[in-house]
Amino acid sequence: MTCITDAKVISHRRVAAGCRRLVLAAPDIARAVKPGQFLHVRCDGGTHAGYPRGAPTRGTHVSGLGWVGSADLLLRRPLSVYDADRERGTVTILYRVVGRGTALLAEKRTGGRVNVLGPLGRGFEPPGYPRGVPTWGTHVSGSGWVGHRRVAIVGGGLGVAPLFFLARELSAGVSEDARPDPTRPDPLGVPALAGRVPRAGAPGGYPRVPARPAVAVFQGARTAPELDLADFSVLPVDLFTATDDGSRGYAGSVVELFLDTVCHEPVDWVSAAGPPGMLRALAGALQTLGLPGEFSLEERMGCGIGACVCCSCRIGTPERWEYRRVCADGPVFPAREVVWE
Amino acid sequence: MKAKTAVDIAGLKLKNPVLTASGTVGFGEEYAPYLDLSGLGALVVKTVTLKPRAGNPPPRITETPAGVINAVGLQNPGVEALVADILPRLARFDVPVIVSIAGETAGEYARLAGRLDGVPGIAALEVNISCPNVKAGGIAFGTEPAMTAEVVRLVKENTALPVIAKLSPNVTDIRIIALAAAGAGADALSLINTLSAMVIDVERRRPLLGNVFGGLSGPAVRPVAVRAVWQAYRAVEVPLIGMGGIMAARDALEFILAGARAVAVGTANLVDPGAAAAVAAGLEQYLAEQGIGDVNELVGAAHRTGG
Ligand SMILES: Cc1cc2nc3c(=O)[nH]c(=O)nc-3n(C[C@H](O)[C@H](O)[C@H](O)COP(=O)(O)OP(=O)(O)OC[C@H]3O[C@@H](n4cnc5c(N)ncnc54)[C@H](O)[C@@H]3O)c2cc1C
Ligand SMILES: Cc1cc2nc3c(=O)[nH]c(=O)nc-3n(C[C@H](O)[C@H](O)[C@H](O)COP(=O)(O)O)c2cc1C
Ligand code: FES
Repeated sequence: MTCITDAKVISHRRVAAGCRRLVLAAPDIARAVKPGQFLHVRCDGGTHAGYPRGAPTRGTHVSGLGWVGSADLLLRRPLSVYDADRERGTVTILYRVVGRGTALLAEKRTGGRVNVLGPLGRGFEPPGYPRGVPTWGTHVSGSGWVGHRRVAIVGGGLGVAPLFFLARELSAGVSEDARPDPTRPDPLGVPALAGRVPRAGAPGGYPRVPARPAVAVFQGARTAPELDLADFSVLPVDLFTATDDGSRGYAGSVVELFLDTVCHEPVDWVSAAGPPGMLRALAGALQTLGLPGEFSLEERMGCGIGACVCCSCRIGTPERWEYRRVCADGPVFPAREVVWE
Repeated sequence: MKAKTAVDIAGLKLKNPVLTASGTVGFGEEYAPYLDLSGLGALVVKTVTLKPRAGNPPPRITETPAGVINAVGLQNPGVEALVADILPRLARFDVPVIVSIAGETAGEYARLAGRLDGVPGIAALEVNISCPNVKAGGIAFGTEPAMTAEVVRLVKENTALPVIAKLSPNVTDIRIIALAAAGAGADALSLINTLSAMVIDVERRRPLLGNVFGGLSGPAVRPVAVRAVWQAYRAVEVPLIGMGGIMAARDALEFILAGARAVAVGTANLVDPGAAAAVAAGLEQYLAEQGIGDVNELVGAAHRTGG
């Protein structure tokens, strides 16, 4: 269930040059949101004028006649949910100040309110997820695995924003202790990346059934400080980092790093987000490797709820595609169906 | 006492004068969770064409000072999908549905009108002769008085429904087009559609929108729209539906005072999906506060006190 709410700012802090993390109290959204979904955010300080259900919320309007908000910043801004805390009822947004809307958002102080609409869109759906969360990858059917054992999460720059939540949810349940230690046999049988644990079908038979998929995160950034945007290092995931300037991790693009790595440590599925250039290169890599996956796309939006058809992207094959709505049909689409210009 | 808000447009009795502007709420369903559609005067749905249309390449929307430029390009599922799937689903919302139509030729408008004649669940037709975002048809009809008259006459001949002509502001004298449409039998006029506009992406040194041109809407166009309504009110007798940058009840009142019997909320829906309801509630509040018994008393009132 989506809702529209004037969410209270719980905290708002700078995490890297020009980038901020905003924690909002929005219990209904926190309960409902799935990784990859986004919020449509009013950055101008405007409040909800109409009524979601029930009586009109008078008082938000100057004597019911005026517009609360700026006439000079109209459209909402789509921002991914970086993380959600269902118990505390909070959602976190990670964003970069790039224009007027995000600059206004950056001025919000703790205790203030931000009008958000969400959660919106179709998020990440690696097979078996989210419907199959508890049994993810734990089934060995007669013919093989149901679900994916090794999921790669690939993010470039701010593209990591929707991916942290996914990585956390996928890896949840794999506690720090359960994290595979290459020097001793893994008690839970959670396979880390291949090479450390016998692969399915390898001599010695199947490894014990993992409780969750193993998650490998590939994070790319221009420079080292940008890698600190997301807290992947606190998660029980295998983290691979790349920077354009080589200031930390692999020197080069995250797609190159991904290719280099998966050659000897294969994955079964890729969930990715990032700049179009990165996704396009990754799409090529996935095609070469014959790997399935999904990409989160960005497009300029109007309504954000699927009505105005302003947010079109091309989905299909290069010969036969149609415009689909990033806000409602996406933002996450099957990687091989994204048609690049 | 509660003021009367019902208005009569082209023989339609609307419970209040607040409509949605075509294209801004799609076919209404997506808005239902946020906006009580039955509280609207009418739901004007996205323009439909004979065949489905894919629309323009992205980006299709961008923000400008106090405005929005869109270049959707009339993406729609076509009239057959409207009749078969969409209209039956809209029945449950208990709101008069006004169907907006556009063709590439005058003949296509006639065929659309004929196809929709007698289809249940339609309160009126709005003839979009003013879309700036399509290469053929659309605005071409709305900038030529003779073609405006031709399209309106053909639509009238092919339907028993009330016919509303939607006019473009991209003309030298809107009164001439208003007269042509009314003269050809339009039962009401909607004005204005968007203003032809464009933005250049300075970083990339090329037009920002995929279609190069788009249509400007939002508060930036409101004064232009109010002026157009004012002029049309003096030129023709038929009822007017005013729109352009209505964000709140105060803005709607400007249009009503300039001569609009009803108003449509467009861009504001994108910002706040409950905006149309807020405008309707605000109008009621204004009438109560001012002790005005009937909203119709305000229609064109500014002409009587000034100008
Ligand atoms: C589904 C989705 C999720 C996103 N998640 C995040 C996130 O988690 N963190 C983050 O920093 N950014 C995210 N973005 C990009 C973010 O929406 C833009 O950076 C933001 O809208 C810029 O607004 P502005 O007013 O500061 O910039 P301006 O350039 O002034 O904006 C002008 C207009 O263009 C639109 N626009 C500009 N850049 C983009 C873009 N890349 N995508 C879509 N619309 C754009 C704006 O919304 C606005 O309507 C996401 C975009 C989408 C579509
Ligand atoms: C995203 C968008 C899509 C639109 N699509 C249509 C359309 O399909 N048919 C039409 O007649 N007008 C269309 N319009 C124009 C509006 O109906 C309205 O005439 C115009 O935007 C001015 O009102 P506003 O400033 O309140 O938006 C569209 C406007 C927007 C912003
Ligand atoms: S933004 Fe309106 S349909 Fe996607």
